[in-house]
Amino acid sequence: MLINRKEVEQIAVLAKLRVSESEIDAIATSLDSVVEMINHINEVNTDHVKPMANPMDAVQRLRVDVVKETSKKEQLLSMASNADDDYYLVPTVVE
Amino acid sequence: MNLHGIKQISAALHSKDISVQELHDIYTNRHAIHAEQLNCFINTTPELAKKQIKSSQALIDSNQANILTGIPIVHKDLFCTKDIKTTCASHMLENFVAPYDATIVENLNQAGMVTLAKANMDEFAMGSSNENSYFGAVKNPWDHNRVPGGSSGGSAALVAAGLSPIATGSDTGGSIRQPAALCGVTGIKPTYGRASRYGMVAFASSLDQAGVFARSAEDCTLILSQMCGFDPKDSTSAQVDNENFAINQNQSIKGLKVGVISEWMDLLPENIKLTTQQAINKLKDLGAELVEIELPTAHLAVSAYYVIASAECSSNLSRFDGIRYGQQCSNPKDLNDLYVRSRTEGFGEEVKRRIMVGTWALSAGFYDAYYRKAQKIRRLISEDFKNAFKNVDCIASPVSPEIAFEFNAKKDPVSMYQADVFTIPSSLAGLPCMSMPIGLVDNLPVGLQLIGKNLSESTILNVAHQYQQDTNFHNLVAEGYHE
Repeated sequence: MLINRKEVEQIAVLAKLRVSESEIDAIATSLDSVVEMINHINEVNTDHVKPMANPMDAVQRLRVDVVKETSKKEQLLSMASNADDDYYLVPTVVE
Repeated sequence: MNLHGIKQISAALHSKDISVQELHDIYTNRHAIHAEQLNCFINTTPELAKKQIKSSQALIDSNQANILTGIPIVHKDLFCTKDIKTTCASHMLENFVAPYDATIVENLNQAGMVTLAKANMDEFAMGSSNENSYFGAVKNPWDHNRVPGGSSGGSAALVAAGLSPIATGSDTGGSIRQPAALCGVTGIKPTYGRASRYGMVAFASSLDQAGVFARSAEDCTLILSQMCGFDPKDSTSAQVDNENFAINQNQSIKGLKVGVISEWMDLLPENIKLTTQQAINKLKDLGAELVEIELPTAHLAVSAYYVIASAECSSNLSRFDGIRYGQQCSNPKDLNDLYVRSRTEGFGEEVKRRIMVGTWALSAGFYDAYYRKAQKIRRLISEDFKNAFKNVDCIASPVSPEIAFEFNAKKDPVSMYQADVFTIPSSLAGLPCMSMPIGLVDNLPVGLQLIGKNLSESTILNVAHQYQQDTNFHNLVAEGYHE
Protein backbone atom coordinates (compact mmCIF):
# COMPACT_ATOMS: atom_id res chain seq x y z
CA MET A 1 0.00 0.00 0.00
CA LEU A 2 1.29 3.46 -0.97
CA ILE A 3 -1.21 5.14 1.36
CA ASN A 4 -1.91 3.56 4.74
CA ARG A 5 -4.52 4.24 7.41
CA LYS A 6 -2.26 6.55 9.38
CA GLU A 7 -1.52 8.67 6.31
CA VAL A 8 -5.23 8.98 5.53
CA GLU A 9 -5.76 10.35 9.03
CA GLN A 10 -2.91 12.84 8.60
CA ILE A 11 -4.17 14.04 5.22
CA ALA A 12 -7.66 14.50 6.65
CA VAL A 13 -6.27 16.69 9.45
CA LEU A 14 -4.42 18.87 6.92
CA ALA A 15 -7.49 19.09 4.66
CA LYS A 16 -9.83 19.89 7.56
CA LEU A 17 -11.99 16.87 6.82
CA ARG A 18 -13.21 14.15 9.15
CA VAL A 19 -12.76 10.51 8.27
CA SER A 20 -14.74 8.08 10.39
CA GLU A 21 -13.29 4.79 11.56
CA SER A 22 -15.70 2.85 9.36
CA GLU A 23 -14.69 4.77 6.19
CA ILE A 24 -10.95 4.79 6.64
CA ASP A 25 -10.07 1.51 4.92
CA ALA A 26 -12.21 2.27 1.87
CA ILE A 27 -10.68 5.75 1.58
CA ALA A 28 -7.16 4.34 1.93
CA THR A 29 -7.88 1.84 -0.85
CA SER A 30 -9.31 4.47 -3.17
CA LEU A 31 -6.51 6.99 -2.54
CA ASP A 32 -4.00 4.21 -2.98
CA SER A 33 -5.38 3.38 -6.43
CA VAL A 34 -5.21 7.05 -7.45
CA VAL A 35 -1.63 7.40 -6.19
CA GLU A 36 -0.65 4.25 -8.06
CA MET A 37 -2.02 5.81 -11.25
CA ILE A 38 -0.31 9.13 -10.53
CA ASN A 39 3.06 7.44 -10.03
CA HIS A 40 3.33 6.80 -13.77
CA ILE A 41 4.65 10.36 -14.08
CA ASN A 42 7.95 8.99 -12.78
CA GLU A 43 8.43 6.91 -15.93
CA VAL A 44 9.96 9.86 -17.79
CA ASN A 45 13.15 11.71 -16.95
CA THR A 46 12.40 15.43 -16.57
CA ASP A 47 15.70 16.66 -15.09
CA HIS A 48 16.12 19.52 -17.53
CA VAL A 49 12.48 20.37 -18.13
CA LYS A 50 11.07 23.68 -16.92
CA PRO A 51 7.79 23.25 -14.98
CA MET A 52 4.72 24.66 -16.74
CA ALA A 53 2.41 26.58 -14.40
CA ASN A 54 0.34 28.34 -17.06
CA PRO A 55 -0.47 26.76 -20.42
CA MET A 56 0.25 30.04 -22.21
CA ASP A 57 3.39 30.57 -20.08
CA ALA A 58 1.80 33.86 -19.07
CA VAL A 59 2.81 35.53 -15.85
CA GLN A 60 0.29 36.82 -13.34
CA ARG A 61 -0.77 40.31 -14.32
CA LEU A 62 -0.79 42.91 -11.56
CA ARG A 63 -3.41 45.61 -11.40
CA VAL A 64 -2.70 49.22 -10.55
CA ASP A 65 -3.00 49.75 -6.81
CA VAL A 66 -5.87 52.23 -6.71
CA VAL A 67 -9.07 52.06 -4.71
CA LYS A 68 -11.95 51.33 -7.07
CA GLU A 69 -14.74 49.64 -5.20
CA THR A 70 -16.97 50.91 -2.51
CA SER A 71 -17.53 48.75 0.55
CA LYS A 72 -19.85 45.80 0.04
CA LYS A 73 -19.80 44.94 3.73
CA GLU A 74 -23.53 44.45 4.19
CA GLN A 75 -23.91 42.41 1.04
CA LEU A 76 -21.00 40.16 1.94
CA LEU A 77 -21.94 39.71 5.59
CA SER A 78 -25.48 38.78 4.54
CA MET A 79 -24.05 35.66 2.86
CA ALA A 80 -22.68 34.29 6.14
CA SER A 81 -24.55 31.85 8.35
CA ASN A 82 -23.66 33.86 11.44
CA ALA A 83 -22.75 37.53 11.38
CA ASP A 84 -23.10 40.60 13.52
CA ASP A 85 -23.34 44.12 12.07
CA ASP A 86 -19.61 44.29 11.58
CA TYR A 87 -18.21 40.80 12.13
CA TYR A 88 -18.44 37.15 11.24
CA LEU A 89 -19.39 35.19 14.34
CA VAL A 90 -17.46 32.04 15.23
CA PRO A 91 -17.14 29.92 18.38
CA THR A 92 -14.94 31.42 21.10
CA VAL A 93 -11.26 31.13 20.19
CA VAL A 94 -9.65 32.83 23.19
CA GLU A 95 -11.32 32.51 26.60
CA MET B 1 -41.61 26.71 -36.80
CA ASN B 2 -38.04 25.59 -37.19
CA LEU B 3 -36.26 25.91 -33.84
CA HIS B 4 -32.94 24.69 -35.21
CA GLY B 5 -30.23 27.24 -35.19
CA ILE B 6 -29.75 30.75 -33.88
CA LYS B 7 -29.85 32.29 -37.36
CA GLN B 8 -33.33 30.94 -38.11
CA ILE B 9 -34.70 31.74 -34.65
CA SER B 10 -33.24 35.24 -34.77
CA ALA B 11 -34.68 35.84 -38.25
CA ALA B 12 -38.12 34.83 -36.98
CA LEU B 13 -37.79 37.21 -34.01
CA HIS B 14 -36.66 40.10 -36.18
CA SER B 15 -39.40 39.56 -38.77
CA LYS B 16 -41.96 39.39 -35.92
CA ASP B 17 -43.06 35.90 -36.94
CA ILE B 18 -42.65 35.08 -33.28
CA SER B 19 -42.22 37.18 -30.14
CA VAL B 20 -39.55 36.60 -27.50
CA GLN B 21 -42.31 35.56 -25.10
CA GLU B 22 -43.73 33.01 -27.56
CA LEU B 23 -40.27 31.61 -28.20
CA HIS B 24 -39.65 31.36 -24.46
CA ASP B 25 -42.98 29.56 -23.98
CA ILE B 26 -42.11 26.94 -26.59
CA TYR B 27 -39.09 25.99 -24.49
CA THR B 28 -40.77 26.17 -21.10
CA ASN B 29 -43.56 23.96 -22.44
CA ARG B 30 -40.90 21.42 -23.35
CA HIS B 31 -39.38 21.80 -19.87
CA ALA B 32 -42.75 20.82 -18.37
CA ILE B 33 -42.61 17.55 -20.32
CA HIS B 34 -38.94 16.58 -20.11
CA ALA B 35 -36.95 18.53 -17.52
CA GLU B 36 -37.91 16.66 -14.37
CA GLN B 37 -37.34 13.26 -15.94
CA LEU B 38 -33.86 14.25 -17.20
CA ASN B 39 -33.01 16.13 -13.97
CA CYS B 40 -30.97 18.55 -16.08
CA PHE B 41 -31.86 21.74 -14.18
CA ILE B 42 -30.98 22.68 -10.61
CA ASN B 43 -33.05 25.86 -10.61
CA THR B 44 -35.16 27.56 -13.24
CA THR B 45 -35.03 31.35 -13.46
CA PRO B 46 -38.52 32.59 -14.43
CA GLU B 47 -38.22 36.00 -12.74
CA LEU B 48 -34.98 36.83 -14.52
CA ALA B 49 -36.37 35.48 -17.80
CA LYS B 50 -39.43 37.73 -17.45
CA LYS B 51 -37.23 40.84 -17.21
CA GLN B 52 -34.97 39.73 -20.03
CA ILE B 53 -37.91 38.88 -22.31
CA LYS B 54 -39.24 42.39 -21.84
CA SER B 55 -35.91 44.13 -22.42
CA SER B 56 -34.92 41.96 -25.40
CA GLN B 57 -38.31 42.45 -27.09
CA ALA B 58 -37.87 46.20 -26.62
CA LEU B 59 -34.48 46.01 -28.35
CA ILE B 60 -36.01 44.08 -31.26
CA ASP B 61 -38.93 46.47 -31.55
CA SER B 62 -36.60 49.46 -31.66
CA ASN B 63 -34.23 47.83 -34.18
CA GLN B 64 -31.36 47.80 -31.69
CA ALA B 65 -31.11 44.02 -31.47
CA ASN B 66 -28.28 41.76 -32.54
CA ILE B 67 -28.41 38.14 -33.63
CA LEU B 68 -28.41 36.80 -30.04
CA THR B 69 -31.14 39.10 -28.70
CA GLY B 70 -34.05 37.07 -27.34
CA ILE B 71 -32.30 33.71 -27.80
CA PRO B 72 -32.77 31.42 -24.76
CA ILE B 73 -29.77 30.11 -22.82
CA VAL B 74 -29.09 27.93 -19.76
CA HIS B 75 -25.99 28.44 -17.62
CA LYS B 76 -24.06 25.66 -15.93
CA ASP B 77 -24.62 26.16 -12.21
CA LEU B 78 -21.02 27.15 -11.49
CA PHE B 79 -21.35 30.51 -13.24
CA CYS B 80 -22.33 33.16 -10.73
CA THR B 81 -25.66 34.79 -11.51
CA LYS B 82 -26.58 37.89 -9.54
CA ASP B 83 -29.41 37.38 -7.03
CA ILE B 84 -29.94 33.79 -8.24
CA LYS B 85 -28.63 30.66 -6.55
CA THR B 86 -25.32 29.26 -7.78
CA THR B 87 -24.97 25.86 -6.15
CA CYS B 88 -22.14 24.13 -8.03
CA ALA B 89 -24.33 21.03 -7.46
CA SER B 90 -22.98 20.94 -3.90
CA HIS B 91 -24.63 20.83 -0.52
CA MET B 92 -21.89 23.30 0.47
CA LEU B 93 -23.39 25.99 -1.81
CA GLU B 94 -26.99 24.77 -1.80
CA ASN B 95 -28.27 28.20 -0.75
CA PHE B 96 -25.47 30.40 -2.06
CA VAL B 97 -26.66 33.51 -3.90
CA ALA B 98 -23.91 35.33 -5.77
CA PRO B 99 -23.73 39.10 -5.41
CA TYR B 100 -22.57 39.54 -9.03
CA ASP B 101 -22.70 38.01 -12.51
CA ALA B 102 -19.78 36.06 -13.95
CA THR B 103 -18.18 38.02 -16.80
CA ILE B 104 -19.31 35.51 -19.42
CA VAL B 105 -22.87 35.71 -18.08
CA GLU B 106 -22.67 39.50 -18.24
CA ASN B 107 -21.36 39.37 -21.82
CA LEU B 108 -24.24 37.15 -22.92
CA ASN B 109 -26.81 39.19 -20.96
CA GLN B 110 -25.54 42.30 -22.73
CA ALA B 111 -26.38 40.71 -26.05
CA GLY B 112 -29.97 40.33 -24.83
CA MET B 113 -30.08 36.58 -24.29
CA VAL B 114 -32.84 35.16 -22.07
CA THR B 115 -31.78 32.92 -19.16
CA LEU B 116 -34.05 29.91 -18.68
CA ALA B 117 -32.33 27.97 -15.91
CA LYS B 118 -29.14 26.82 -14.18
CA ALA B 119 -27.91 23.42 -15.32
CA ASN B 120 -27.10 20.38 -13.21
CA MET B 121 -23.48 19.18 -13.16
CA ASP B 122 -21.00 17.08 -11.21
CA GLU B 123 -20.30 18.70 -7.84
CA PHE B 124 -17.71 21.47 -8.31
CA ALA B 125 -17.26 20.19 -11.89
CA MET B 126 -15.48 17.06 -10.66
CA GLY B 127 -16.65 14.00 -12.56
CA SER B 128 -17.20 12.42 -15.95
CA SER B 129 -20.72 11.03 -15.49
CA ASN B 130 -22.80 13.58 -13.56
CA GLU B 131 -23.29 10.98 -10.85
CA ASN B 132 -21.49 13.30 -8.39
CA SER B 133 -24.24 15.94 -8.26
CA TYR B 134 -25.75 16.59 -4.82
CA PHE B 135 -29.06 16.99 -6.67
CA GLY B 136 -28.91 13.57 -8.34
CA ALA B 137 -27.55 12.45 -11.69
CA VAL B 138 -28.70 13.82 -15.04
CA LYS B 139 -30.07 11.20 -17.45
CA ASN B 140 -28.89 10.85 -21.02
CA PRO B 141 -31.80 11.66 -23.40
CA TRP B 142 -30.68 8.81 -25.68
CA ASP B 143 -31.09 6.22 -22.94
CA HIS B 144 -32.35 7.10 -19.49
CA ASN B 145 -30.35 4.26 -17.94
CA ARG B 146 -27.11 5.85 -19.08
CA VAL B 147 -24.99 8.81 -18.00
CA PRO B 148 -24.84 12.05 -20.02
CA GLY B 149 -21.11 12.39 -19.26
CA GLY B 150 -19.67 15.10 -17.10
CA SER B 151 -19.08 17.36 -15.58
CA SER B 152 -21.28 19.59 -17.78
CA GLY B 153 -23.79 16.74 -18.19
CA GLY B 154 -26.88 18.86 -17.54
CA SER B 155 -25.86 21.39 -20.21
CA ALA B 156 -25.20 18.67 -22.81
CA ALA B 157 -28.39 16.71 -22.03
CA LEU B 158 -30.68 19.75 -22.13
CA VAL B 159 -29.35 20.90 -25.50
CA ALA B 160 -29.69 17.34 -26.84
CA ALA B 161 -33.28 17.24 -25.55
CA GLY B 162 -34.15 20.59 -27.16
CA LEU B 163 -34.80 22.35 -23.84
CA SER B 164 -32.64 25.30 -24.88
CA PRO B 165 -30.74 25.97 -28.10
CA ILE B 166 -27.67 26.99 -26.09
CA ALA B 167 -26.06 26.12 -22.77
CA THR B 168 -22.81 27.24 -21.22
CA GLY B 169 -20.38 24.75 -19.72
CA SER B 170 -16.90 24.56 -18.29
CA ASP B 171 -14.07 22.24 -19.19
CA THR B 172 -11.11 21.42 -16.95
CA GLY B 173 -10.10 18.03 -18.38
CA GLY B 174 -12.90 17.23 -20.81
CA SER B 175 -16.06 18.45 -19.06
CA ILE B 176 -17.52 20.00 -22.22
CA ARG B 177 -16.21 17.64 -24.91
CA GLN B 178 -17.01 14.30 -23.25
CA PRO B 179 -20.68 15.08 -22.39
CA ALA B 180 -21.10 16.71 -25.82
CA ALA B 181 -19.93 13.43 -27.38
CA LEU B 182 -22.07 11.22 -25.14
CA CYS B 183 -25.23 13.30 -25.74
CA GLY B 184 -24.69 13.98 -29.45
CA VAL B 185 -24.28 17.77 -29.42
CA THR B 186 -21.50 20.18 -30.43
CA GLY B 187 -19.38 21.67 -27.64
CA ILE B 188 -16.26 23.81 -27.59
CA LYS B 189 -13.66 24.76 -24.99
CA PRO B 190 -11.69 27.79 -26.20
CA THR B 191 -7.98 28.42 -25.59
CA TYR B 192 -7.09 28.82 -21.91
CA GLY B 193 -7.52 32.51 -21.09
CA ARG B 194 -9.96 33.31 -23.93
CA ALA B 195 -13.08 33.26 -21.75
CA SER B 196 -12.97 35.02 -18.41
CA ARG B 197 -12.89 32.87 -15.27
CA TYR B 198 -14.26 35.76 -13.18
CA GLY B 199 -17.38 34.51 -11.45
CA MET B 200 -16.83 30.89 -12.48
CA VAL B 201 -16.46 28.87 -9.27
CA ALA B 202 -12.86 27.64 -9.33
CA PHE B 203 -11.85 23.99 -9.46
CA ALA B 204 -8.34 23.91 -11.01
CA SER B 205 -7.36 27.44 -11.94
CA SER B 206 -4.63 26.66 -14.47
CA LEU B 207 -7.02 24.42 -16.44
CA ASP B 208 -10.59 25.72 -15.97
CA GLN B 209 -12.09 27.29 -19.06
CA ALA B 210 -15.66 28.28 -19.94
CA GLY B 211 -17.25 27.15 -23.18
CA VAL B 212 -20.51 26.43 -24.92
CA PHE B 213 -22.89 23.71 -26.14
CA ALA B 214 -25.22 23.93 -29.13
CA ARG B 215 -26.47 21.65 -31.87
CA SER B 216 -24.16 23.10 -34.49
CA ALA B 217 -20.68 24.58 -34.81
CA GLU B 218 -22.30 27.63 -36.39
CA ASP B 219 -24.27 28.33 -33.19
CA CYS B 220 -21.21 27.68 -31.00
CA THR B 221 -19.34 30.23 -33.11
CA LEU B 222 -21.94 32.94 -32.59
CA ILE B 223 -22.05 32.42 -28.81
CA LEU B 224 -18.31 32.05 -28.32
CA SER B 225 -17.64 35.30 -30.19
CA GLN B 226 -19.89 37.14 -27.72
CA MET B 227 -18.69 35.26 -24.63
CA CYS B 228 -14.93 35.67 -24.97
CA GLY B 229 -12.69 38.67 -24.56
CA PHE B 230 -9.99 40.08 -22.34
CA ASP B 231 -11.22 40.67 -18.79
CA PRO B 232 -9.12 42.73 -16.36
CA LYS B 233 -10.99 41.02 -13.49
CA ASP B 234 -9.39 37.66 -14.38
CA SER B 235 -5.64 37.71 -13.76
CA THR B 236 -5.09 34.86 -16.25
CA SER B 237 -7.26 36.35 -19.00
CA ALA B 238 -5.39 36.28 -22.32
CA GLN B 239 -4.51 39.79 -23.51
CA VAL B 240 -5.62 39.29 -27.09
CA ASP B 241 -8.12 41.21 -29.21
CA ASN B 242 -11.74 40.15 -29.33
CA GLU B 243 -12.35 37.94 -32.30
CA ASN B 244 -15.28 37.11 -34.49
CA PHE B 245 -14.76 33.35 -34.72
CA ALA B 246 -17.00 33.22 -37.80
CA ILE B 247 -14.25 34.85 -39.81
CA ASN B 248 -13.21 31.57 -41.50
CA GLN B 249 -16.64 30.01 -41.33
CA ASN B 250 -17.25 29.56 -45.01
CA GLN B 251 -13.77 28.71 -46.17
CA SER B 252 -13.18 25.38 -47.85
CA ILE B 253 -10.95 23.03 -45.87
CA LYS B 254 -9.24 21.95 -49.09
CA GLY B 255 -5.54 21.52 -48.41
CA LEU B 256 -5.97 21.89 -44.63
CA LYS B 257 -3.60 19.50 -42.86
CA VAL B 258 -5.39 17.43 -40.24
CA GLY B 259 -3.30 15.39 -37.80
CA VAL B 260 -4.40 11.86 -36.94
CA ILE B 261 -3.06 9.85 -33.98
CA SER B 262 -3.12 6.12 -34.88
CA GLU B 263 -2.03 5.16 -31.39
CA TRP B 264 -5.24 6.66 -29.97
CA MET B 265 -7.42 5.13 -32.66
CA ASP B 266 -6.07 1.70 -31.74
CA LEU B 267 -7.34 2.13 -28.18
CA LEU B 268 -10.95 2.30 -29.39
CA PRO B 269 -13.43 -0.57 -29.51
CA GLU B 270 -13.94 -1.66 -33.13
CA ASN B 271 -17.38 -0.04 -33.65
CA ILE B 272 -16.34 3.38 -32.28
CA LYS B 273 -13.10 3.17 -34.24
CA LEU B 274 -15.01 2.55 -37.47
CA THR B 275 -17.35 5.53 -36.89
CA THR B 276 -14.39 7.76 -36.00
CA GLN B 277 -12.46 6.63 -39.06
CA GLN B 278 -15.46 7.37 -41.27
CA ALA B 279 -15.67 10.91 -39.90
CA ILE B 280 -11.96 11.48 -40.49
CA ASN B 281 -12.35 10.11 -44.03
CA LYS B 282 -15.17 12.59 -44.56
CA LEU B 283 -12.76 15.41 -43.72
CA LYS B 284 -10.46 13.96 -46.38
CA ASP B 285 -13.36 13.88 -48.87
CA LEU B 286 -13.90 17.57 -48.09
CA GLY B 287 -10.32 18.25 -49.19
CA ALA B 288 -8.32 17.94 -45.98
CA GLU B 289 -4.94 16.24 -46.11
CA LEU B 290 -4.52 13.63 -43.36
CA VAL B 291 -1.11 13.58 -41.67
CA GLU B 292 -0.03 10.98 -39.12
CA ILE B 293 1.28 12.57 -35.91
CA GLU B 294 2.64 11.33 -32.59
CA LEU B 295 2.28 12.71 -29.07
CA PRO B 296 4.93 10.66 -27.24
CA THR B 297 4.20 11.92 -23.71
CA ALA B 298 0.40 12.07 -23.93
CA HIS B 299 -0.01 8.65 -22.28
CA LEU B 300 1.11 10.31 -19.01
CA ALA B 301 -1.47 13.09 -19.28
CA VAL B 302 -4.13 11.52 -17.03
CA SER B 303 -1.56 10.87 -14.29
CA ALA B 304 -0.11 14.39 -14.47
CA TYR B 305 -3.59 15.90 -14.65
CA TYR B 306 -4.75 14.22 -11.44
CA VAL B 307 -1.78 15.69 -9.59
CA ILE B 308 -2.23 19.22 -10.94
CA ALA B 309 -6.04 19.33 -10.88
CA SER B 310 -6.27 17.77 -7.42
CA ALA B 311 -3.57 20.04 -5.99
CA GLU B 312 -5.27 23.15 -7.36
CA CYS B 313 -8.65 21.82 -6.18
CA SER B 314 -7.42 21.33 -2.62
CA SER B 315 -6.04 24.85 -2.61
CA ASN B 316 -9.12 26.47 -4.19
CA LEU B 317 -11.63 24.62 -2.04
CA SER B 318 -9.85 25.62 1.17
CA ARG B 319 -11.92 28.83 0.90
CA PHE B 320 -14.98 26.88 2.03
CA ASP B 321 -14.65 27.39 5.76
CA GLY B 322 -18.34 27.44 6.71
CA ILE B 323 -17.98 31.01 7.96
CA ARG B 324 -18.09 33.59 5.18
CA TYR B 325 -20.50 31.78 2.88
CA GLY B 326 -21.70 28.27 2.21
CA GLN B 327 -23.02 25.58 4.48
CA GLN B 328 -22.20 25.76 8.20
CA CYS B 329 -22.58 22.80 10.56
CA SER B 330 -24.93 23.13 13.53
CA ASN B 331 -23.63 23.73 17.08
CA PRO B 332 -19.88 23.71 16.46
CA LYS B 333 -18.02 23.11 19.71
CA ASP B 334 -14.95 25.12 18.66
CA LEU B 335 -13.48 26.77 15.55
CA ASN B 336 -11.75 23.65 14.29
CA ASP B 337 -14.94 21.64 14.74
CA LEU B 338 -16.78 24.30 12.71
CA TYR B 339 -14.27 24.02 9.85
CA VAL B 340 -14.06 20.24 9.87
CA ARG B 341 -17.75 19.43 10.21
CA SER B 342 -18.92 22.14 7.78
CA ARG B 343 -16.53 20.78 5.13
CA THR B 344 -17.17 17.11 5.87
CA GLU B 345 -20.95 17.61 5.71
CA GLY B 346 -20.82 20.08 2.81
CA PHE B 347 -18.68 18.20 0.28
CA GLY B 348 -19.53 14.96 -1.51
CA GLU B 349 -17.35 11.86 -1.74
CA GLU B 350 -15.50 12.63 -5.02
CA VAL B 351 -14.77 16.23 -4.02
CA LYS B 352 -13.34 15.05 -0.69
CA ARG B 353 -11.25 12.43 -2.49
CA ARG B 354 -9.71 15.04 -4.78
CA ILE B 355 -9.10 17.45 -1.91
CA MET B 356 -7.28 14.64 -0.09
CA VAL B 357 -5.21 13.62 -3.14
CA GLY B 358 -4.27 17.26 -3.68
CA THR B 359 -3.47 17.84 -0.02
CA TRP B 360 -1.24 14.77 -0.08
CA ALA B 361 0.54 15.87 -3.30
CA LEU B 362 1.23 19.33 -1.88
CA SER B 363 2.24 18.17 1.60
CA ALA B 364 5.77 18.57 2.95
CA GLY B 365 8.27 16.39 1.14
CA PHE B 366 5.99 15.55 -1.78
CA TYR B 367 5.75 18.90 -3.58
CA ASP B 368 8.77 18.41 -5.85
CA ALA B 369 8.12 14.73 -6.44
CA TYR B 370 4.51 15.25 -7.50
CA TYR B 371 3.26 18.78 -8.22
CA ARG B 372 6.51 20.04 -9.74
CA LYS B 373 7.10 16.78 -11.56
CA ALA B 374 3.56 16.87 -13.01
CA GLN B 375 4.12 20.44 -14.20
CA LYS B 376 7.24 19.22 -16.02
CA ILE B 377 5.23 16.45 -17.68
CA ARG B 378 2.73 19.14 -18.63
CA ARG B 379 5.53 21.01 -20.40
CA LEU B 380 6.53 17.86 -22.32
CA ILE B 381 2.93 17.27 -23.44
CA SER B 382 2.64 20.89 -24.53
CA GLU B 383 5.91 20.51 -26.52
CA ASP B 384 4.50 17.36 -28.14
CA PHE B 385 1.57 19.41 -29.45
CA LYS B 386 3.86 22.25 -30.57
CA ASN B 387 5.94 19.78 -32.57
CA ALA B 388 2.83 18.21 -34.09
CA PHE B 389 1.50 21.63 -35.09
CA LYS B 390 4.66 22.26 -37.13
CA ASN B 391 3.18 19.83 -39.65
CA VAL B 392 -0.60 20.14 -39.21
CA ASP B 393 -3.25 22.86 -38.89
CA CYS B 394 -5.45 20.93 -36.47
CA ILE B 395 -5.86 17.44 -35.02
CA ALA B 396 -8.83 15.07 -35.32
CA SER B 397 -9.11 12.41 -32.60
CA PRO B 398 -11.61 10.42 -30.58
CA VAL B 399 -13.30 12.21 -27.65
CA SER B 400 -14.24 9.29 -25.44
CA PRO B 401 -13.03 5.69 -25.44
CA GLU B 402 -16.64 4.54 -25.06
CA ILE B 403 -20.25 5.47 -25.71
CA ALA B 404 -22.47 6.58 -22.80
CA PHE B 405 -22.17 3.98 -20.03
CA GLU B 406 -24.81 2.83 -17.55
CA PHE B 407 -25.23 4.40 -14.13
CA ASN B 408 -22.99 2.86 -11.43
CA ALA B 409 -20.89 1.15 -14.12
CA LYS B 410 -17.64 2.64 -12.85
CA LYS B 411 -17.23 2.01 -9.18
CA ASP B 412 -13.53 2.80 -8.71
CA PRO B 413 -12.21 6.34 -9.31
CA VAL B 414 -9.35 5.32 -11.60
CA SER B 415 -11.60 3.69 -14.21
CA MET B 416 -13.77 6.84 -14.18
CA TYR B 417 -10.68 9.04 -14.63
CA GLN B 418 -9.73 7.09 -17.77
CA ALA B 419 -12.94 8.36 -19.42
CA ASP B 420 -11.00 11.56 -20.14
CA VAL B 421 -7.88 9.94 -21.60
CA PHE B 422 -8.31 11.67 -24.99
CA THR B 423 -9.47 15.05 -23.70
CA ILE B 424 -6.95 15.70 -20.92
CA PRO B 425 -3.79 16.14 -23.06
CA SER B 426 -5.14 19.21 -24.91
CA SER B 427 -6.47 20.62 -21.61
CA LEU B 428 -2.99 20.46 -20.09
CA ALA B 429 -1.64 22.28 -23.16
CA GLY B 430 -4.43 24.91 -22.90
CA LEU B 431 -5.45 24.38 -26.54
CA PRO B 432 -8.84 25.15 -28.10
CA CYS B 433 -10.72 21.90 -28.66
CA MET B 434 -14.23 20.74 -29.43
CA SER B 435 -16.45 17.74 -29.94
CA MET B 436 -18.94 17.29 -32.77
CA PRO B 437 -21.42 14.46 -33.36
CA ILE B 438 -20.37 11.94 -36.03
CA GLY B 439 -22.99 9.21 -35.82
CA LEU B 440 -24.43 6.51 -33.59
CA VAL B 441 -23.07 3.24 -32.24
CA ASP B 442 -25.70 0.98 -30.66
CA ASN B 443 -28.08 3.93 -31.05
CA LEU B 444 -25.87 6.13 -28.84
CA PRO B 445 -23.93 9.18 -30.05
CA VAL B 446 -20.21 9.27 -30.84
CA GLY B 447 -18.16 12.47 -31.11
CA LEU B 448 -15.03 13.54 -32.92
CA GLN B 449 -12.55 15.81 -31.17
CA LEU B 450 -10.94 18.66 -33.08
CA ILE B 451 -7.90 20.24 -31.44
CA GLY B 452 -6.44 23.50 -32.70
CA LYS B 453 -3.30 25.55 -32.15
CA ASN B 454 -3.50 28.20 -29.45
CA LEU B 455 -6.07 30.86 -30.33
CA SER B 456 -7.19 29.06 -33.50
CA GLU B 457 -10.82 28.53 -32.47
CA SER B 458 -12.00 29.84 -35.84
CA THR B 459 -10.09 27.07 -37.65
CA ILE B 460 -11.59 24.13 -35.74
CA LEU B 461 -15.05 25.72 -35.74
CA ASN B 462 -14.82 26.02 -39.51
CA VAL B 463 -13.71 22.39 -39.91
CA ALA B 464 -16.73 21.35 -37.85
CA HIS B 465 -19.01 23.70 -39.80
CA GLN B 466 -17.83 22.34 -43.15
CA TYR B 467 -18.38 18.80 -41.88
CA GLN B 468 -21.87 19.72 -40.66
CA GLN B 469 -22.72 21.35 -43.99
CA ASP B 470 -22.15 17.99 -45.61
CA THR B 471 -23.60 15.64 -42.95
CA ASN B 472 -26.64 15.55 -40.71
CA PHE B 473 -25.36 13.84 -37.54
CA HIS B 474 -25.56 17.09 -35.52
CA ASN B 475 -29.30 17.21 -36.19
CA LEU B 476 -30.03 13.69 -34.93
CA VAL B 477 -32.44 13.75 -32.00
CA ALA B 478 -33.15 10.99 -29.49
CA GLU B 479 -36.49 9.20 -29.74
CA GLY B 480 -39.18 11.10 -27.84
CA TYR B 481 -37.39 14.46 -28.04
CA HIS B 482 -38.32 15.66 -31.52
CA GLU B 483 -39.41 19.26 -31.58
